[in-house]
Amino acid sequence: MADTEYAEVFREEAGELLEELETSLLELEKDPADLKIVSRVFRAMHTIKGSGAMFGFDDIAGFTHHVETALDKVRDGTVPVSTELIDLTLASRDHIRALLDAATGGGEADPAEGERIIAGLQALVGGGARDRAQAIAAPEVPAKEKDPTEGRRSHYRISIKPTPEFFVGGYTLEALTGDLDTLGESTVFMDAEHEGGGVLVLLTTDKGLNAIEDVLVFAESSCQVAVTVLAVEGEEDLEEHKKLGQILLERGEISADDLTTVLARQKPLGELLVGEKLVSRTSVDAALAEQRLVREAKEKATVAKGAESIRVASEKLDQLINLVGELVVTQARLSQVASHNKDAELVEPVEEVERLTAELRDCVLNIRMLPIGTTFAKFKRLVRDLSAELGKEVDMVTEGAETELDKNVIDQLGDPMVHLIRNSIDHGIESPEERELAGKPRKGTISLAAQHSGANVVITVTDDGKGLDAERIRQKGLEKGLLRPDAELSEQEIWNTIFTPGLSTAKTVTSVSGRGVGMDVVKSTVDALKGSVSVTRSVKGQGTTITIMLPLTLAIIDGLLVQVGETHFVLPLSQVEECVELTQEDITRFHERRMLPVRDQLVPYVRLRDFFAISGERPAREQMVISRINGDRFGLVLDGVVGEHQTVLKSLGWVYRNATGLSGSTILGNGHVALILDVANVMQCARREEHAALTN
Amino acid sequence: MSVKNETVQSQTTQYLTFMLREEGFAIEISKVREVLDVTTMTRIPRMPEYLSGVINLRGNVVPVMDLGQKLGMGSIEYTKNTCIMIVELEVDANLVEMGVLTDSVQMVLDLNPEDIESVPKMGTNLNTEFIKGMGRQTEEKFLIILDIDKVLASEGEAALREMDSPASARAVVGATPEETVGAEA
Repeated sequence: MADTEYAEVFREEAGELLEELETSLLELEKDPADLKIVSRVFRAMHTIKGSGAMFGFDDIAGFTHHVETALDKVRDGTVPVSTELIDLTLASRDHIRALLDAATGGGEADPAEGERIIAGLQALVGGGARDRAQAIAAPEVPAKEKDPTEGRRSHYRISIKPTPEFFVGGYTLEALTGDLDTLGESTVFMDAEHEGGGVLVLLTTDKGLNAIEDVLVFAESSCQVAVTVLAVEGEEDLEEHKKLGQILLERGEISADDLTTVLARQKPLGELLVGEKLVSRTSVDAALAEQRLVREAKEKATVAKGAESIRVASEKLDQLINLVGELVVTQARLSQVASHNKDAELVEPVEEVERLTAELRDCVLNIRMLPIGTTFAKFKRLVRDLSAELGKEVDMVTEGAETELDKNVIDQLGDPMVHLIRNSIDHGIESPEERELAGKPRKGTISLAAQHSGANVVITVTDDGKGLDAERIRQKGLEKGLLRPDAELSEQEIWNTIFTPGLSTAKTVTSVSGRGVGMDVVKSTVDALKGSVSVTRSVKGQGTTITIMLPLTLAIIDGLLVQVGETHFVLPLSQVEECVELTQEDITRFHERRMLPVRDQLVPYVRLRDFFAISGERPAREQMVISRINGDRFGLVLDGVVGEHQTVLKSLGWVYRNATGLSGSTILGNGHVALILDVANVMQCARREEHAALTN
Repeated sequence: MSVKNETVQSQTTQYLTFMLREEGFAIEISKVREVLDVTTMTRIPRMPEYLSGVINLRGNVVPVMDLGQKLGMGSIEYTKNTCIMIVELEVDANLVEMGVLTDSVQMVLDLNPEDIESVPKMGTNLNTEFIKGMGRQTEEKFLIILDIDKVLASEGEAALREMDSPASARAVVGATPEETVGAEA
């Protein structure tokens, strides 16, 4: 069996390819005439096959081969893109996933499923061949015309510069050059001077660029690969110049890069050819255009890869973030000392350090930020499969896919989102018939949107289904004893009871709602991410919107440092609405009832000194920090506000993971530990305790 | 002292000895990462008395437990000898650090297995689960060898147990406390 380390490399790589494959397939379904997508799908399959075989995953390679054969027919236009084909290819993607998991010791793959898919594909491809005439009529540009070199004996210069990763992946240059040799006559120039140096292959073949790129495709991610068409036979004049380059290159007097630069300058030669009337202008233009296209496409691919290709273990990033966190703390301390010493000479460098630290912090945090779009893309498949399963027609639209969010947050967001979407399709969106009766389009829409809002990201899941039935939820809540009969709840409060464990209003148990995941799990996951989830809108017959609010990052936040006695607390600045003063006079005026009118509205408050049983006298003038929790204003009364504080979040440790009203800790400039307040939790606990005190 | 044994089996283990209320205790030295003087401690409100708070250990926030209180021997009074042993233990497959407050740390002691007697069934006035054995320091002097993992892990379990109740109660909207309690029962 394959070496486990290589197997891991393959598993990761294949995992990424499979994801890409899925996205491409779904795109293809929308736009079946786009042959570029077909090529992408084909390449992904091809790479999986190639590296699968190389790493000893023979079953994967074998299976993928069949899929690839079918896709090849699609690529050259013999078989049209159909829903059936997409279904089968998606199924084969899942099957490869299963095979992959099975090979790496997780789960089992069903060989019958593989056979079913292959049989299906073969039937489709066979059947497709009969519809050949029709198929060619549909897509405008058959793939063949895209490659001007195919079928013409041409000379290519292929330079391959492997990165260390290449060898880690278990590839060898010999294997690669061997593959190239099967295409035609090749001459190989190995760079023996440098260890792990590159290789230059001069290849003469009539198989075309596509064939070459197919061979190179799985080296592309770990090598710098440049394929240059030196000459297409019949354009003899070009050869002389290029040969010079080759000779120089052989002698090592010029690097491949230099050669490329120089070659780039030779482009106008095409013009010369036309001038000499050796070839027609149109054919040169076409050739040049094609070449440019290929090159541009390749360049784009390289740029895109460059943007996402550095793979770093996330622990390394965590370590970096920890270090920056400590730097932030140390810097705060430095600033404190500098301002204390009032040394004029120190002021400037200290300010500089402060600025640099802040920049560094933002940069480092930014590394962990990923666009949420990757997660959105995964849901497309979910929506497609689920709606088919439930006999509903659902479209998914996304908005703000580029919104960035901490990777850790994104990773944990997947499950709750999946559940919200499932819920919307299962309970929200009606069957096509019901929708027509209600005068709505047959197809329902689920929209996922993400946007930044201060230090938070707001994600909404909106459906245009039947909306929540507040009365039924209320009934159910009463039945299960989750609601008090005499509780006067707003509509919104009733909606939000769907996040309570044990409440399900589904009339029937479907495979979707029977999976044992409740909306309460959504809530607890989001809570764990220091976010909130709530139903923000629900109109009968028009749909429901569920909003998830999450902090941008879990590593560093802007906080407000406050003090009660000797203890320092930090409130997330994003939760602070305003600060007001609370005097003894105010307290007497309200007969010790814990509320204060602020802007014509009574705001209830909790005195932290009492809540946390902190000893000592309270000052005559206290401060009250007002937060808004689920739409209600709520005040925390404390001794004093110290100021804003860059807060590096630290866990309180396993012993204190259930601490009341606290969500973590941070280290202050003087090295002391301050506690981070969980305002919502303080409010809930205080409310519960007040109820308990009254009823006893 | 017993004669050097012929087999290699009786390997000596090193213990760190410390005092709690004039009584000698010991734990395996491999568990102890370092010993610190008492530094500023931040109390975590609304937690049991024996959890003294957290300290800043070179940028890490480490919880500290008052071992005297935990073992029911009364809380530790701060003197110049008071120190915090930083102990490493495994929780849910993660290595975590925990500070243990003691009256004073004494010395490193080599003990052969034959120097360690089994735990008396009664009379220690301590939860016998927390004791690994009684180490003979001299003919008259015995040390209580603590199973520090059990002492500290019992804390984790307690924390877990407590965690369940407020969390589930928290999720209930508009419910009165007594109903919450009823739901849990």
